[in-house]
Amino acid sequence: MNDGSTVLPFGDPMFGITSWLDAVVRLIIIVLVMTVIVMYLTYGERKVLARFQNRLGPMETGPWGIWQAWADTVKLVAKEDIRPKNADRWVFEFAPYLTFIPVLMVLAVLPFAQDWGVRNLTLGLFYVFAILGLNIVGIMMAGLGSGNKYALLGGLRAAAQMLSYEIPLVLSLLSVAMVAQTLDLNAMAAGQALDPGVGQNAPYVFLQPLAFLIFFTAMLSELHRAPFDIPVAESEVVGGFFVEYSGIRWSMFQLSEYASMWAFSVFGSVVFLGGWAVPEASLFFDNGWPGPDWIWQLSITMVKSSVWIFALMWMRSAMPRLRIDQLMAFCWKVLLPLSIVQIFMNGFILWYGQEGRVFDGYSDWLLTATSGAGAIALIVLVYSRAFRRRSTKGLVGAYRQAQVPLP
Amino acid sequence: MTHWPETTTPVLPPDDLNTVDMTINIGPQHPATHGVFRMVLTVDGELVVDCEPYIGYLHRGLEKLSETADYRQSMGWWDRTDYLAGMCCEMAYCMAVEKLGGLEVPERAEYIRVIMAELSRINSHFMFLGAFGTDVGVLGTTFTYAWRERERIYDLFEEVAGDRMFPTYLRPGGVSMDLPENFEQRCRWVLDSARQGMEDLDGMMTGNEIFVERCRDLGPITPERGIALGLSGPMLRATGLPWDIRKAEPYSIYDRLDFEVPVGRQGDVFDRYFVRLAEMYQSMRIVEQCLDQMPKSGLVLNPNLPKTLRIESGECYIRTEGTKGEYSVYALAKGGNKPYRMKLRSPSFCNLSGLREMVVGTYVADAIVILGSLDIVLGEVDK
Repeated sequence: MNDGSTVLPFGDPMFGITSWLDAVVRLIIIVLVMTVIVMYLTYGERKVLARFQNRLGPMETGPWGIWQAWADTVKLVAKEDIRPKNADRWVFEFAPYLTFIPVLMVLAVLPFAQDWGVRNLTLGLFYVFAILGLNIVGIMMAGLGSGNKYALLGGLRAAAQMLSYEIPLVLSLLSVAMVAQTLDLNAMAAGQALDPGVGQNAPYVFLQPLAFLIFFTAMLSELHRAPFDIPVAESEVVGGFFVEYSGIRWSMFQLSEYASMWAFSVFGSVVFLGGWAVPEASLFFDNGWPGPDWIWQLSITMVKSSVWIFALMWMRSAMPRLRIDQLMAFCWKVLLPLSIVQIFMNGFILWYGQEGRVFDGYSDWLLTATSGAGAIALIVLVYSRAFRRRSTKGLVGAYRQAQVPLP
Repeated sequence: MTHWPETTTPVLPPDDLNTVDMTINIGPQHPATHGVFRMVLTVDGELVVDCEPYIGYLHRGLEKLSETADYRQSMGWWDRTDYLAGMCCEMAYCMAVEKLGGLEVPERAEYIRVIMAELSRINSHFMFLGAFGTDVGVLGTTFTYAWRERERIYDLFEEVAGDRMFPTYLRPGGVSMDLPENFEQRCRWVLDSARQGMEDLDGMMTGNEIFVERCRDLGPITPERGIALGLSGPMLRATGLPWDIRKAEPYSIYDRLDFEVPVGRQGDVFDRYFVRLAEMYQSMRIVEQCLDQMPKSGLVLNPNLPKTLRIESGECYIRTEGTKGEYSVYALAKGGNKPYRMKLRSPSFCNLSGLREMVVGTYVADAIVILGSLDIVLGEVDK
């Protein structure tokens, strides 16, 4: 079942209609599913954060507050849409939609199960790179068009941060593409199935742990999640670029934030964790998976992306925020060099790993070893800052009166 | 009306690229200002070029009000100066009135006062830890953890005094009523819980690289400069000076207690945070010693108090170590049942004088953290 070589130009004709109509139907399904998922992501985030913070979270609307998201939606849609007098009207009003469109465009190429997407692009990864650059436009528009200084500061921070972190993000994905030898997301997922006999059979997180770490960090930054939530910092710029928005436009920002969180999670699990690829059924059952394959594939995609999203929520509850100079320094001085080094290492190993050359047969192990060494270097680099910090365990309660003359 | 800083827009040559400094108003309604403080930052991109604080949004005329009320009536207003540690304020006020009127305080009442004051200090510093974590960017987690411990201390206050934040428990000449029966047991339980909560917070904040990186070497103040700026309390001790009124000029029963004065090394934000953390442990030690040494029974209010306290004449200046620094009260009596003049030297107000010096030259995000590290209470700043 995990034959990555099948690439249908317009996907599986799922609904038995002409291909453009088929695409429209799929797009509508994606939007609807995404909306519901986003609603429950907001609910889930509130619940998860609440549990981390020793609270209960929403409890009043329905059992355990499960209708909270619907109540919020009704409230937000019904709320007055306020536009500040000195806002640039069209820029201000279109910004939320422009932040949302790139997210939708990314969602359109993600394979949720084998060949299950709006479109399967042969250059899917390349397409995602291209779309990521568009993300900034809407946010900059919101920041500059709101006529608010907090929004301006937030918009500028967002632009600086997203532009910088896009480079390591793309480079880390490129190094995976080198290993996968494809830019097709479906083929990438298929290549990671634990299916003996079909190409690579380990998820790329094992082959490229450094790329995984860089991708995860840069992803946090692209999503403005803690500890990189500088553009939307509540305690500094009070929400940043969407500080002036209310009602439906504000909820569009929230929608695109959570939708991109989900999209990135699915995308990341496709690239690094194997996406929809389920282990070979013969490991568990005699006659293949019970039921249709797509159910298993869809569920495993959802499980993997939920793990990512949970990690994001966890970090949000535990991490303080970096400062803008620390953030930039981390990107340009640490992540970027490491990702470039990794690309060169990959090229070296893959070139000499071809048939009949020096590393023939060992290239996978070498990839893991070099990238793993890089990952360890990255972790040590981050923690070595920590090792320099003052140990508190011994100090608390052990301070003595310093011998300083009193004034 | 305070003046707004002038926004100077220089006339630029048309084809030249230039940047203009931007003023950005933080407060009085801003989540990071801990109340109704307002500061106008002039920023060059992300760098702070100038900072001008504006205060007075919570001014209630405490000092003038105190002249209009009976000595016992104005207690409630003094609660509301440092509203995170009402008992400490009450203690300073009561000590001033007692000194004016020459009133004795029973020994048990002194111990009760110190216990209450130190519990208030723990309470206030918990508030600092929680709010400071939020300033640095943890989304409310430190806040809720700190809040849990504060709730327990407030519950204890409610059991003792009938009120949580503004207990109005002390009286000139003692305290208004004796402790409830199981107080000692409850208090020890609260202390254990607070100690555990502190260790959790310590692990979460000091144990986080990002937190330490954000705080270290930020807004350092030398001891000389600290004295010149009039800093006191943890702000001054963070610079390395062990200046604590409880040690330097012991009042009440502090001379009988064994505790240390935590000091920092370079007066940066991390030291201020850390001195407060260490102080909380010392406060716990003090409370435990008080519980051990306290007379198990006895009077808690001076029995010779007149029905209406009238003071012919007198003048005094009482210095106490409040939670934010040196909380001192000047009182002048010229007959009658009301003071002629009351004056409060509020530590938060004096500590704010260092703000501009620390903030200028840092980033906007740092300005928020530095303001958080001052640990101001607006009720005390604006009186």
